[in-house]
Amino acid sequence: MAKMTKEEVIEVAHLARLAITDEEAVHFADQLEAITNAMELLNELDTENVEPTTHVLEMVNVLREDKSVPGLDRELVLKNVKEHEAGQVKVPTILE
Amino acid sequence: MTFADKTAAQMQELIHTEKTTIAEVTKQAFDRIEALEPKVDAFLAMNKEQAMQQAEEMDKVPLAERGPLFGLPIGVKDNIVTEGLETTASSRILEGFNPIYNATVVEKLKAAGMITVGKLNMDEFAMGSSNENSYYKKTKNPWNLETVPGGSSGGSAAAVAAGEVPFTLGSDTGGSIRQPASFCGVVGMKPTYGRVSRFGLIAFASSLDQIGPVTRTVKDNALLLQAISGHDERDSTSADIEVPNFAEALTGDIQGLRIGVPKEYFAEGVSEAAKQAVRDALQVLEEKGATWEEISLPHSKYALATYYLLASSEASSNLSRFDGIRYGYRTQKAGNLLEFYMNTRSEGFGDEVKRRIMLGTYALSSGYYEAYYKKAQKVRTLIKQDFDKAFENYDVIIGPTTPTPAFKIGEIIDDPLTMYANDILTIPVNLAGVPAISVPCGFENGLPLGLQIIGKYFDEETVYRVADVFEQATDFHKKTPQTWEGAAQ
Repeated sequence: MAKMTKEEVIEVAHLARLAITDEEAVHFADQLEAITNAMELLNELDTENVEPTTHVLEMVNVLREDKSVPGLDRELVLKNVKEHEAGQVKVPTILE
Repeated sequence: MTFADKTAAQMQELIHTEKTTIAEVTKQAFDRIEALEPKVDAFLAMNKEQAMQQAEEMDKVPLAERGPLFGLPIGVKDNIVTEGLETTASSRILEGFNPIYNATVVEKLKAAGMITVGKLNMDEFAMGSSNENSYYKKTKNPWNLETVPGGSSGGSAAAVAAGEVPFTLGSDTGGSIRQPASFCGVVGMKPTYGRVSRFGLIAFASSLDQIGPVTRTVKDNALLLQAISGHDERDSTSADIEVPNFAEALTGDIQGLRIGVPKEYFAEGVSEAAKQAVRDALQVLEEKGATWEEISLPHSKYALATYYLLASSEASSNLSRFDGIRYGYRTQKAGNLLEFYMNTRSEGFGDEVKRRIMLGTYALSSGYYEAYYKKAQKVRTLIKQDFDKAFENYDVIIGPTTPTPAFKIGEIIDDPLTMYANDILTIPVNLAGVPAISVPCGFENGLPLGLQIIGKYFDEETVYRVADVFEQATDFHKKTPQTWEGAAQ
């Protein structure tokens, strides 16, 4: 198993939208390396002809009639929004 | 009179014969919670005012219209959404979140006439085995306040063990109901995947998560599972299959039952006391007419790695919804939208959650997907096949729930791999999707041990029947922890 570097952790953290400090990145690199090394155990197994399991039960596609139904009440939807104005959610600047 | 040691049937008897009222039972639950919480710390948001009001209304309902759980108090794990009652999944990122709808199970509790008294502490987003990952508080094990209650449904198990409430709901992704039930000496059931709707359960790993009941007795557990089971069109993974009468399955008869005992569940790391407690339990079941044989579930040792890859991958996707925009915690430090996302999530999530999000993101990222995620999905097939094969010849599989009893608070929190090993005997069950229960079966150094009984898909009936026979033949479920005496009443 390749070593997990600080830079790799920072890259993964960025993909996951997590801001981490250099110090945290070093700490997480050690831990994630130990964890991924433990996961290498699976390579002992030959799974060439094994089908992957995504769900344990037989899943069928669930469809419903394409009919419009009323959505949630706007006041309810905004109940947990920290900042909103005129029925709209406020966020920081999107375009510089 | 105390209600803390009563079963549902005994409480109904007292209510029906007018020796008490629903309002009195409810009030006593709150009195006991208030007396014990400074020690146990199992609860988060409380629902006192509404619960008391509801109780008084319910006392007016004619007896003929009441079911076996009518008017009885219940606590709900904090990753199950409750309308108007703060729901945080023990995370800072959901601090102050007030759901605008109820989970299907909460609607079902209401339909059964149960009274929700409050929300129960857990490891943040159900990630953990000790409740030490909660942002809000550390729940203690009622048997020894210096030890953990287990996790992630630690609050659910501790509240029942302390007699604060007779019923709670937990959720189990890799052992999160059974491991704390084992640590706290109570009965915890993880139903078959798909038996109970997950609508309104804050998702951790969607292909593994399942809601289940925690109680003091097997019969009460069966009654509560009955109330929450069934197909739900709002959860496309809930199974459209008939729900049997679980309580009627408790016939006391296990003559001819075939038990498989996996040798892998007695491997290194499992304490001698835990092994002996299971051997003693097998003897009890043998005396009641069952037979047992040693079997092998050869892929058991791969379950832990498989689980952490799959669960973390699913979590990294599920938890991407927490961005601070529409609900929950919002950072105050952001110049632009990207910084807003990153700071909100970094300030809002705890370390274990971040670790798993990063592991999952890594396992799903380009270049590693085949080696980690897809490999784990294939090994999951092999683990499932182990169970399929075993169940061709055996009715149930029995082993310890956990390798050891509860450990000390702070003892292994800094060592993720040792912490993960706690779930080594419960994880294979989630990967296969079969049902399993933990019932009290002994003690080590004054701390409870659990017996795990695993059943076939949708055969919770046999699991309950075996658990009930064991419970009736032993008195472990009648033992009470030290905190018990310290409570009012």
